[in-house]
Amino acid sequence: MQIYLPIADLPVNVFLVLGMGLAVGYISGMFGIGGGFLMTPLLIFIGISPAVAVATVSSHIAASSFTGAISYWRKRALDIALAMMLLSAGIVGTATGVWLFTELRALDQLDLMIGLSYVTLLTIVGGMMIYESVRAVMRTRRGMPATLRRPGSHTWLHGLPFKLRFKRSKIYVSAIPVWAIGFVIGFVGAIMGIGGGFLLVPMLIYFLRVPTATVIGTSMVLTLITMASATVMHAATNHLVDAVLALILMIGGVIGAQFGARTGQKMRGERLRLLLGLLVFAVGLRFAYALVVQPDDLFSLRYVRGG
Amino acid sequence: MMRRLAITLAFIVVACGTEPATAERLVVSLSNHRVAVTSNFVGEELVLFGTIEPNPITSPLRPPYDLVITVTGPRQTLRTRRKQRMLGIWVNVDSREFVSVPSYLAVLSNRPVSNIANQDTLRRLQVGLDNFLLPQRIGADVADTVRDDPFRRAFVRLQTQQGLYRESGTAVTFLTPTVFRAAIPMPAAVPTGSYGINVELFAGGILVARTNSALEVIKTGFEQYVADAARDHGLLYGMATALMALLIGWFASVVFARD
Repeated sequence: MQIYLPIADLPVNVFLVLGMGLAVGYISGMFGIGGGFLMTPLLIFIGISPAVAVATVSSHIAASSFTGAISYWRKRALDIALAMMLLSAGIVGTATGVWLFTELRALDQLDLMIGLSYVTLLTIVGGMMIYESVRAVMRTRRGMPATLRRPGSHTWLHGLPFKLRFKRSKIYVSAIPVWAIGFVIGFVGAIMGIGGGFLLVPMLIYFLRVPTATVIGTSMVLTLITMASATVMHAATNHLVDAVLALILMIGGVIGAQFGARTGQKMRGERLRLLLGLLVFAVGLRFAYALVVQPDDLFSLRYVRGG
Repeated sequence: MMRRLAITLAFIVVACGTEPATAERLVVSLSNHRVAVTSNFVGEELVLFGTIEPNPITSPLRPPYDLVITVTGPRQTLRTRRKQRMLGIWVNVDSREFVSVPSYLAVLSNRPVSNIANQDTLRRLQVGLDNFLLPQRIGADVADTVRDDPFRRAFVRLQTQQGLYRESGTAVTFLTPTVFRAAIPMPAAVPTGSYGINVELFAGGILVARTNSALEVIKTGFEQYVADAARDHGLLYGMATALMALLIGWFASVVFARD
């Protein structure tokens, strides 16, 4: 069944888009990520212009992460205090990112910059996650606890001043790394057109030692707020949010996220991290492949303006 | 601005210079002057019927005739970019801007245009994809290039792949020597706006008559409403979309919480 999208200006198959929403929603619910780094390339692949894809995906992520956040809230598996702390720095990061985005676009090399940042960030983060989680899986195989909570696991980050206690996550850390992480997520999200959940989750785990139990719910709260405001900003400035496309993606996304969240909570933390690491790494490789292999067509068209 | 004016003037001069002899008159009728893009729009085919009438009524007709129909969509400016390998990765190194070119361009005829008239005539009348004026911004100038220019060829090829540019030597059928029928394909991704239809009649390689028609591609109903809202009330539209996201997210969690 075909339906015409009013802003994207092209017809798409409803069931294809619904299926994409379901699949990405499932993954996002399972890992507590927005899924923007998967959904945006998928939409571009079916012919939607990158600008419309990025703008519309933000509203889809908002819906998915809201339903995910509610389900984690019911299980008391999120840390509102930590999320608000991250958000305060995230807003500053987003504003900085939007400014740099505009500067890069003027140089006409934005596509390349986005491609390179995807490759660098995704392969490094994915690689680190795979390495860490494989070691954790091996440890459990040998009958040892998966995560070692020994005094040495406290890094120099824990020696910084302005210490805050986050009761729900049972951590006691300096505000400086929390703000730094919030800033980086907001900044990278604006540059790459992603929510940044797949970066936030490992950062919270590795740098702040947030327990796996609360990390996903907390990440979802942050993603929800940033993506809902991104939707409003995109609509107000660029007029590129396609509400019809967003609606189809959302319906698929929220259903998928429900099932994903259940699967995610049944799985062991290190297994979950290994899977997410593999996924992130694979997407990174896909972007690297696109940069290195000779494209089918050396020429491409870009719409400049009407008239 | 001056350049655009110069191009327009050049058009007028060409048009006046080739005002055909008036022994024939074209009468055409389009099946539909308004293509409505609705939620289930997957493309459409318009039909143009026409006859060749003697003008004045006593003058003799001189078949066989050839007919070329050129349909042009609303103008837009596009950039064609070329990639090249640099330090192992493929990078856009070069680009050309095509200024105010048709977003849709169909050249439909009863046989390949190269068989209808000689190259000079076709070039002067801008008949055929190869001869249509596609101005590029080259440095400070705006001008069309030779048709073998790699950017021009790539531009036409990419637009053809999208179904937006086409040249067909079989789209016009003569039902009798003076009655013809043409199929104008409108792909699903057709841009909205006003379209011009230019019908040109050739006899023995010479342009003998021409006429114009027009059609309009518009969004209707719900599509139009959404597009208007997004453009005119961006902030409200964005807040409504965000609210819709929250409602759907909440609704899903309520539905799924029961079991």
